[in-house]
Amino acid sequence: MTQTPHISVQHLNVHIANQHILNDISINIPDKKVTSIIGPSGCGKTTLLKSFNRLLDNAAGVKITGKVLVDNEDIYAPEAEVTHIRKKMGLLSQRPYPLPMSIYDNVAYGPRIHGTRKKQELDELVEEKLKATGLWNEVKDRLNTSATRLSIGQQQRLCLARGLAVEPEIILGDESTSALDPVSTAIIEDLFITLKEKYTIVLVTHILRQARRVSDYIVFVYMGKIIEFGPTEEVLLNPQKELTKEYVKGFIS
Amino acid sequence: MKKRKLEELFFRSLMVLATLVVGGSFFLIVGTIVYKGAPYMNLDMLTKTPGGGFYIGKEGGVLNAIIGSLYVAGGATILGLLISIPVAIFINMYMDGKRFLSNTLRMAYDVLFGIPSIVYGAFGFLIMVYFGIRASLLGGIIAVTLLVIPVLVRTLDEVIRTVPLELRDAALSLGATRWEMAKVVLRQIRPGIYTAILLSFGRAIGDVASVLFTAGFSDNIPTSLHQPAATLPLAIFFQLGSAVDEVQGRGYASALILTIIVLIITVLAQVLTKKFSKYKI
Repeated sequence: MTQTPHISVQHLNVHIANQHILNDISINIPDKKVTSIIGPSGCGKTTLLKSFNRLLDNAAGVKITGKVLVDNEDIYAPEAEVTHIRKKMGLLSQRPYPLPMSIYDNVAYGPRIHGTRKKQELDELVEEKLKATGLWNEVKDRLNTSATRLSIGQQQRLCLARGLAVEPEIILGDESTSALDPVSTAIIEDLFITLKEKYTIVLVTHILRQARRVSDYIVFVYMGKIIEFGPTEEVLLNPQKELTKEYVKGFIS
Repeated sequence: MKKRKLEELFFRSLMVLATLVVGGSFFLIVGTIVYKGAPYMNLDMLTKTPGGGFYIGKEGGVLNAIIGSLYVAGGATILGLLISIPVAIFINMYMDGKRFLSNTLRMAYDVLFGIPSIVYGAFGFLIMVYFGIRASLLGGIIAVTLLVIPVLVRTLDEVIRTVPLELRDAALSLGATRWEMAKVVLRQIRPGIYTAILLSFGRAIGDVASVLFTAGFSDNIPTSLHQPAATLPLAIFFQLGSAVDEVQGRGYASALILTIIVLIITVLAQVLTKKFSKYKI
């Protein structure tokens, strides 16, 4: 790998309720690239993604060992500040979950809790982030209406804008297009490709075609283990491992 | 084939019958109250305190009990909310991974929910004796607060559990602290809070046993927390116990007033719920 790693996972093991979900995971996620995590349902893709911003902490019966270094800082170290870690990463979940407030307040929520109070600053930020996600022209006249009145595709872009508003370095997408129609999916995918100039993007997907369209690197996870990791074309077109071959060809799912 | 059709018919009839029992008893109860109470309903009932002392007489109205009941139920609901909201948040958002503890707490309030109100009345009375409070509005509010806390905690707990975990994750992943996340959840469940208030107020205003020892009774409208306060259920109890037909009729009129108050609150809560659920997912 010639890229400098942005997230470096070292011997990560995750147990949830005595089940070994992630088994000795070590991987370096390259900086300012799109990396897709692929694999069958229940293989640990989402768990791996959530371990990056410590969202696993809240589940019952979770045991985590190993290290996850973000910018060379171990996020599971006892002195790590969890809100600071999470601020570095924007999360885009499977379905959009707008906060129960207006469009404007959704985008301004993050900056507000982190201390930005000035109206003008917030106004500029909201406009900038809504423009970055291509939503500005669609919503600029109704910023104070409820976010839930937007279409589901617009809601997902709003959630992306909301995540970008805290100025993260990394965007985590957990099957972010699975609830969307093809047009919205294409918009979100294009956004990922544009955004990788400034952000490191890690996506979980079980759609191989999507992984191929958007990602630079692919991680194939199977039964809690990393089977193969490499540039997209290599993993998809010339897989080295038998399991990867079978998965890519559709013999296992 | 015949047997299957008969079976269908049989169970369908049972369901219709059961529905009729529910609907019928509602109309029967309201009908009885209206039929017996309406002739004694007049403006005086609503706007005057009783003449002739403790409902022996036929003069005046039950304004003292109306106001007293609103004070007691309102005070108890506000006090109850101040205690229940933090409890519900704590159980749901600060006890991750401590399933045993949160389940024990849930069982505790379920047990409290089932305790008869006379026990809360007696317990409230003990507290009052300990602190040297006499039968008064304050005493009534304390006892009824104990009564409504389980109602409130249970309702809020159930409502909070309907909020998708992803919404919490959304707030957390923006770098929110737990309390900031809790505030987002509280916003999300605002309609549920109104439902909780309604249920609590409804239970509070209709309960007689908890105020029996604690609120006392008075022909006057209380002007301070330390004065005894009349309540509608107790007023109904006294009036219906009278041997005089006219006073009994006034009892039904009081029951009608209580029913209407509860009805207004129900409608109000529904309107509020609709109005504020606009941010709901």
